[in-house]
Amino acid sequence: MPLLTITTFLPLVGAFLILLSRGDEESVARSARWIALWTTVITFAVSLLIWIKFDSGTANFQYVEHAPWFGETIGYRLGVDGISMLFVILTTFLMPFCILASWEAIHVRVKEYLVAFLILETLMIGVFCSLDIVLFYLFFEAGLIPMFLIIGVWGGPRRIYATFKFFLYTLLGSLLMLVAILYMINQAGTADIPTLMKYSFSPTAQKWLFLAFFASLAVKVPMWPVHTWLPDAHVEAPTAGSVILAGVLLKMGGYGFLRFSLPMFPDASLYFAPLIFALSVIGVIYTSLVALAQEDMKKLIAYSSVAHMGFVTIGTFTFNQQGLQGAILQMLSHGIVSGALFLCVGVVYDRVHSRLIDVYGGLVNNMPKYAVVFMVFTMGTIGLPGTSGFVGEFLILNGAFQVSTWVAFLAATGVILGAAYSLWLYRRVIFGKLEKENLKGLLDLSPREILIFAPLIVVTLWMGVAPQIFLDVMAVSVDHLLQQHQAAIAATAKLAAAVAH
Amino acid sequence: MTHMTLPSLIPVIPELALALMIMALLMFGVFRGDGSTRAVSWLSIIALVVTIVLVGMGPTEKTVAMNNMFVTDGFARVFKTLTLLGSAVALILSFGFNRDHQMERFEYPILVLLATLGMMLMLSANDLMSLYLGIELQSLSLYVIAAFRRDDSRATEAGLKYFVLGAVSSGMLLYGCSLIYGFSGSTNFVGIAKALSGVPHGDVSIGLITGMIFLVAGLAFKVSAVPFHMWAPDVYEGAPTPVTAFFAAAPKVAAIGLFLRAMLSPFGELVTDWRQVIIFIAVASMLLGSFAAINQRNIKRLMAYSSIGHVGFALLGLAAGTQEGVRGVVVYMTIYLVMTLGTFACILSMKREHGMVETIDDLAGLGRTHPAMALMLGIFMFSLAGIPPLAGFFAKFYVFMAAVNAGLYILAVIGMLASCVGAYYYLRVVKVMYFDQPAGAFAPVRGELALVFGATGLFTLFFFVYPAPIMAAAETAARALLP
Repeated sequence: MPLLTITTFLPLVGAFLILLSRGDEESVARSARWIALWTTVITFAVSLLIWIKFDSGTANFQYVEHAPWFGETIGYRLGVDGISMLFVILTTFLMPFCILASWEAIHVRVKEYLVAFLILETLMIGVFCSLDIVLFYLFFEAGLIPMFLIIGVWGGPRRIYATFKFFLYTLLGSLLMLVAILYMINQAGTADIPTLMKYSFSPTAQKWLFLAFFASLAVKVPMWPVHTWLPDAHVEAPTAGSVILAGVLLKMGGYGFLRFSLPMFPDASLYFAPLIFALSVIGVIYTSLVALAQEDMKKLIAYSSVAHMGFVTIGTFTFNQQGLQGAILQMLSHGIVSGALFLCVGVVYDRVHSRLIDVYGGLVNNMPKYAVVFMVFTMGTIGLPGTSGFVGEFLILNGAFQVSTWVAFLAATGVILGAAYSLWLYRRVIFGKLEKENLKGLLDLSPREILIFAPLIVVTLWMGVAPQIFLDVMAVSVDHLLQQHQAAIAATAKLAAAVAH
Repeated sequence: MTHMTLPSLIPVIPELALALMIMALLMFGVFRGDGSTRAVSWLSIIALVVTIVLVGMGPTEKTVAMNNMFVTDGFARVFKTLTLLGSAVALILSFGFNRDHQMERFEYPILVLLATLGMMLMLSANDLMSLYLGIELQSLSLYVIAAFRRDDSRATEAGLKYFVLGAVSSGMLLYGCSLIYGFSGSTNFVGIAKALSGVPHGDVSIGLITGMIFLVAGLAFKVSAVPFHMWAPDVYEGAPTPVTAFFAAAPKVAAIGLFLRAMLSPFGELVTDWRQVIIFIAVASMLLGSFAAINQRNIKRLMAYSSIGHVGFALLGLAAGTQEGVRGVVVYMTIYLVMTLGTFACILSMKREHGMVETIDDLAGLGRTHPAMALMLGIFMFSLAGIPPLAGFFAKFYVFMAAVNAGLYILAVIGMLASCVGAYYYLRVVKVMYFDQPAGAFAPVRGELALVFGATGLFTLFFFVYPAPIMAAAETAARALLP
C-alpha cells in the first residue's frame, strides 16, 4: 500500500470535498470546518501507521515509491527515514489544531481558507517525503502560494507588506537553490536524493552548491541577518498561519540542511561551519535581545523562534551525534511549543483583539486555566528540565561544547536571555492586578480550547520526560549520516594528501 | 515532368491547402458581404483545424521541397501545430469583442489566416528568400490587423508604429541577408552551412558575421527582444485586445521557431560567435521585462513587458545552443502559448456596462465577484512567475537546465534574479484580485472566453501530472533540428 502517497494527498481529497459542498454561506462554512477537521485527523492517523510499521533499525529509506515522471532522470520518488518521518508526524499532528484554532477566529471566506490550509498540508508533507530533488523543490516552493494567500487574505492590517516580503524573500533564495539543483542533476545524471547523497562533487563545486542551498535554507530557517521577513509574517498572519509557519515551514530549512547540505556537500559543510556558528550565535543573542524590547506578543515569539532556530543550526553543524539529535529534537519541540504559544496568543487575541503586551495584565485572576497552559509552554520555550525544550537545548549545547567552547558558551547565554524575555512576557500578561476594565469580563478557556491545548501539553511533557522514544527513531539515520559525512571528509583528505605528494 | 514535380509538393500540402482555403473564404466573404463574418470566422477556425490535421499527417522525417527552399521536419511540425492552435484560439477570443466594437468584418479572420500562412512558411524556411517571404506575408497582415479599428486613433497609431518600425527591421534583415549571400555565395541554409563548415574559427569573414548580426537584429525585432522591443508595449496597448492576444501568442511562437532554425541550421558552426549576442539579448530582455513591468497600470502593457521577459527566458535555451536547449525552448513556447491565451481570455472578460476596462485596479476584488475567473487568472499569474507546480515553472526549468548544462551559470543566476523581480508584478495582480475590496462586478463572462480560460487554466495547473506527451514532442522537435 503506498502509505506515503496516501498521507501526502489525503488532505487534497478533503480540499476537493470542501469545494464540492454547496448551500448558503453559513452551512458551507460549517460543513467545511468539519470536513477539514476530519481530514486532518484521519491524515494524522494514517501518518501514525507510518510510525508504527517503521523499522528504526535501518538507515535505509522506507516505504519507498517510484514512478517515472519527467523521464527517468526526474521521477516521482517518495520515502522516509528516521529523520524525515518525525517531521511528517509533526506536520500531521499540528494540522488539526490549526483547523480547530480557526474554528471561530475565521469567519470570512471560510471555505477558501480551509482549502488553502489543506493544500498547504499536502505540500508540507510532500517536502519531507520526497526522495527526488525536483519533487522536493516542487513541494518546497509551491507552499509559498497558499501561505501567500493565507497571510494576504486573512491577515492583519499590514498583511500585504508582510506577505509580499515573505514571498519574495523566500523565492529569491529558492531560485538560487534551483540553479544548484540543476547543476547537481547535470553532474550526477539523476535527481534521486539517495544517489546524490553518495555522489561526491568536487570541493570547489561543493562550496558554490552549499552557498546556493544556504541562500534558500538560511532564509527559510531563518538565520540572522535574513530573518527580517519572519516577524512581519508572524505578526500579520492569522493564528493558525503563525502556528504552521513556526511549527513546520521553518523546519523545512533545518531539514534541508540535514538532508542536502551535510550529506551532499560534506567538505563545504565543514568549511563553512564556522560561518554558520558565527551567524547562529549572533542570531541567538541578537534576536533574544530584540525579543526583550518587543511590545507585541506575536513579534516577541517570532524573535524567540529565530533564536531557537539558531540553536538548531548550531547543533546541525557540530557533526556529532549529540548535536544532530539535539537539533532534530529541538525542531520538533519548537514546532510544538512555539505553535502552542501562538495559539495562546490567539486565545486572548480572539477575546480582546489586541496583541500588545501592555493591553493585558492580571489575567490569572479570571483565567486560571489559561495561566496554567501558558505557563507550561513558557517553561517549554525556556527549556525547563521536564519539558521538551530542555532535551534539545541540552544536547545541542553538549554537542557544541565538543566542537568549540566559545560557541557553546555564547549559545548558552541565549538560554538565559530566553528565560528572561519569556518570563517577563508571562509576568506582564498573566500576573499583576486585574485593573483594566475590558479584561474583567474575559472568560476562561472554552472546552474547544482545552481540547486544543491538552494534547500539546501532553506531548511537550512527554518529550521532556521520555525523549528516548524520539531519539531511538532517529538514532540509526543520524549515525548513518555522520558516518557518511566522516567517510567523505576522510576521502577528500586522502585525495588532498595524494595530490600534495 | 508533372509526375516528377507533384510528389515533391507533398511536404507543402498543408500550406497549399491553407492558401486555397483562404482564397475560397475570401471569395465567400466578398460575395456575401459583412453579414457573413460569423460564417467566415467559423470556417476559418475549421480551416486551421484542417491544416493542423494535414500537418499531423505530413511526413515525419526531414523532407525538402521547392528547390530546397522549403523544409519540413519534426521541428516545423511541432511549431506549426502550436502556431495554428494559437491562431484558432485567438479567433475564438475575438468573437465577442469584434461584435461589440464594430469590428465584425470578414477581413479579420482572413487576415489572421494569411498571417498564419506566413508563419508556417517562416517555420519551414530553408532559404533566406523563403524566410523573407514568410516574414513579410506575416508582417503585412499583422500591420493591417493592428490598425483594424480604423476609427480608433490609438489603434491606428499602433498600426502605424508597428508598420514603420517593422519596415526598418525588414530592411535590416534584408541587408543582413544580402551580406550573408555575398560572403557565403548562397542563400540556402544548407549552402551557407556548407560554406562555413571546415573554415577554422577566426577565419570566418567579418562580412558574414556582420550579415548574421543584422539577421539577428531583424529576428530580435520580430520576437520583440531587447533592444528591439520598443514597439511592443505601444502596439500591445493600442491594438484592439483580441489582436493583442493574437500578437502575443502565435506570431511570437513562430518567430521564436524561425529564430532557432535560422541560428542553428545555417550558422550552427558559428555558435561561439552568435552566442554572446544572444546572451546579451536574453539578459537585457529578462531584466527589462521584469523591471519595466513593475510600474505598469494597464494590464495589456503589463503583458507586453511580460512577453518581452518571457522571450528573454526562451532565448536562454537558444544561447545554450544544444539539443537540450532547443527542447527547452519548445516546452517553453508551448506553455507560454497556453498561459498567454488564457490570460488574454481573462483580459477580454474585463467588461463593465460602459465598455471594456483594462487597468489592473479594475480587477479589484475579483476573487469575490468572479471566483472562477479569479482562480484561473491567479493560476496564470503564478505560472507566468514560474512558481511550481504550475506549468510555467517547468517551462523555466528546462531552459535553465539547458543553460546550466552548457556552462552558462552566470546567465542562469541572472535569469533567476530577473524572475524573482518579475514575480513581484505578477503577485501584484493576485493581490489586487484577492486582497483588495471589490470594485464592482464585470458583465457576465461569455461562454467561449470561459471555455478558453478554463481549459488553458486546467492545462497550466495539471501539466505536471502527465507531462510525457509534450516532453516527447519537444524531444522530437529538438532532435529534428539538431541531430
